Amino acid sequence: MVADQLTPEQADRVFHALADRTRRDIVRSVLGGEASVSALGRQYPMSLAAVQKHVAVLERAGLVTKTRRGREQIVRADLDPLRRAAQLFEHLEALWRGRVDRMGELLAEPQKGPSR
Amino acid sequence: MTVINVHKDLSALTMIVHAEFDADVERVWQLWADPRKLERWWGPPTFPATVVKHDLSPGAAVTYFMTGPSGETHHGWWRVLEVDPPRRLRVEDGFGDAQGAPDPAMPTMTAEFVLAPRDDGGTRVTITSAFKTREQMEQLVAMGMEEGLKAAMGQMDALLAG
Repeated sequence: MVADQLTPEQADRVFHALADRTRRDIVRSVLGGEASVSALGRQYPMSLAAVQKHVAVLERAGLVTKTRRGREQIVRADLDPLRRAAQLFEHLEALWRGRVDRMGELLAEPQKGPSR
Repeated sequence: MTVINVHKDLSALTMIVHAEFDADVERVWQLWADPRKLERWWGPPTFPATVVKHDLSPGAAVTYFMTGPSGETHHGWWRVLEVDPPRRLRVEDGFGDAQGAPDPAMPTMTAEFVLAPRDDGGTRVTITSAFKTREQMEQLVAMGMEEGLKAAMGQMDALLAG
């Protein structure tokens, strides 16, 4: 888990940033690719200023970056997609290793009762 | 003794796990066919699974919930896509809502289990897990972040209560 590498101050910012449903949703939106602040603004029933505030909180937590492109502000997840994919696969691998270990333990148990 | 190797293919969005068991195919198949056995390996010890509905016929479903350390439940389901007992099972694996019904907003994965007899009486099991799309995988990553945070919060609660 990334939290190991965060200072307590950074961890506070990350936890605070992700404690809000809209901000989690913004992170999810930009995980699949970039989005402009104005496009994000159209996605939520709130003012553009409110969305900008949410993006600023995520930016301070280091979860997204914001760059200017012409008149647009572009938001991206600040994570390398392959690294994230790899992390997910690590998680999936750990899950299945655990399951296979438990399967092995079950099969090692003596069989109960006469088999019909 | 369980021997296992794992092959991950990020570009194909699949993970293949090979496992070897010193038990015959019929007995290994019971790990899926017997709901009481299935619930003993599906969920991790901290989130034990309880199988509610269990029917491995084609098109039928298995439903279950997992109970977390503080009593919270997470529902999940399988839909049987293909089955050829005791050799092969392919399911769609998804999340359920609080009532256990499939949650259409949540991503699903497919899992295929292939059991092959070995000459020495053991069984080789090949498990293929696949994400449908990169987008669904990304969604699971985002959810994983939430789950990780929730787990961290839970540990904090436990520390503070201790």
